[in-house]
Amino acid sequence: MNFRIISALVMRYIFLYTRTPMRLVELVFWPMVDLLIWGYLTIYIKENAGTGFSHMISFLLGAMILWDVVFRAQQGVAVSFLEDVWTRNLLNIFVAPVRTSEYLIATFCVGILRICVTVVIMCLVALSLYQFNILTLGWPLLPFFVNLLISGWALGMISTALILRWGQAAESLAWAVPFFIQPISAVFYPVGAIRPEWLQKVALALPTTHVFEGMREVMQKGTFNWQSFANATLLNVVFMGVAGWIFMAMLRLTKKRGLLTKFATQ
Amino acid sequence: MSAAAPETVLEARELTREFDGVTVLDKFSFTLHKGEVLGLLGANGAGKTTAMNMLLGLTTPTSGSIQVFGKDLAKHRIEILKRVNFSSAYTALPGNLYVWQNLAVFARIYGVPNAKQKITELLELLEIGDLRKRVTGQLSAGESTRLNLCKAMLNDPELLLLDEPTASLDPDIADKVRKVIQRVQKERGIAILYTSHNMKDIEEVCDRVIFLHKGKVVTEGTPQDIVSKSEQSSLEDVFIKIARTGDIEE
Repeated sequence: MNFRIISALVMRYIFLYTRTPMRLVELVFWPMVDLLIWGYLTIYIKENAGTGFSHMISFLLGAMILWDVVFRAQQGVAVSFLEDVWTRNLLNIFVAPVRTSEYLIATFCVGILRICVTVVIMCLVALSLYQFNILTLGWPLLPFFVNLLISGWALGMISTALILRWGQAAESLAWAVPFFIQPISAVFYPVGAIRPEWLQKVALALPTTHVFEGMREVMQKGTFNWQSFANATLLNVVFMGVAGWIFMAMLRLTKKRGLLTKFATQ
Repeated sequence: MSAAAPETVLEARELTREFDGVTVLDKFSFTLHKGEVLGLLGANGAGKTTAMNMLLGLTTPTSGSIQVFGKDLAKHRIEILKRVNFSSAYTALPGNLYVWQNLAVFARIYGVPNAKQKITELLELLEIGDLRKRVTGQLSAGESTRLNLCKAMLNDPELLLLDEPTASLDPDIADKVRKVIQRVQKERGIAILYTSHNMKDIEEVCDRVIFLHKGKVVTEGTPQDIVSKSEQSSLEDVFIKIARTGDIEE
């Protein structure tokens, strides 16, 4: 592992983002739209549904901000790869002495940078508009955050693997893949609300479900559920392993079929 | 006393690549020596790009082996790529970055010492020193080609793979690019593997050429030898004859 190479790749993405302000709009615009819609909706529900929904705004805004950690981390990997495809730079990277692990770690770092921009802005807006402070979650925020980050990276590797396999026709997967698991990740509602019931078992096989269940418990009861944390961490280890394996398998297949060059020079 | 044998930089042995049962490269063997410029020629679909991609580790051979600097490419890819570089008319550097930013990133990837000075030297060498602060996407085709070459020379490669470096350039710029490649190659003794559809490029730049047709070697030798052997009037005529008949003889 060479940190000089990783830093060079990260430097390139920073150049890309700072040279293209429209990319920064994407980092801010959509999260803001979500925050406003969900924020206003929860205020409306809270004002009209009585005291039973007192935790609603915290649940929804907290969930939305934390879901964005998954999404931005995933985007860090998948969109960084697509940036190289769009700029016809992919071959230059693949014929440079860059290990696959170094390339992936650089995209993980880009994910963290994207999260820093988006989540900080969302937190500030949520605080000023809805008096919701995500830091009230306290220290459990950190293990939740790290677990969601890892889930996002794993999803990013899977998205990129699928794009590698099916080419630019599969580009939309870079945005779609996280939403395949969002409905069963119990992001905005408890896992018990998922129907049909057998799908709850699938939901519990996802690390993200345990994080969001844990988050709700902290908000509702003020207790940190170690079991949820252990489940999420364990599942993330498996998730990362499987995602890494899929990525490497697709990369090998792409090289075997000679698709990498075609894809990169389309 | 006999002269020492030239140092082998690249050796491909019986490289074969099949896609869906179709053989696109069939037991292709060749060697490239230090300081030599070898042209890989053939019509579209002859197998040049497949060969080039295998030599860069972008496509896995179905069978055969590649030795670069005496080491197996499959096992020592990263170590080898540190001493190799590549430029193609079909790749680009990110268009929204400044020229210096693109070069700085690759200089860092290759671990170039005194990167700033090196970038300045290369930009001057390729006569694009004034473009340092220009946005890459705003460069002309000729300027982009020279920038790609600049990237390809950042690590002082001992082996350079050039895939149609003068494609889509006007004759004046193509001539300038050829001259630069020749000058740098002579000065540094780089081994170059060169593909092109421009026979003027090949005649001027290459010491030796290999003609491929449907994945097989048809003939090889110096451009002059091949022209005389085929009884054609020019290398372009040889190219056309091989593309149409698959052979150089009647």
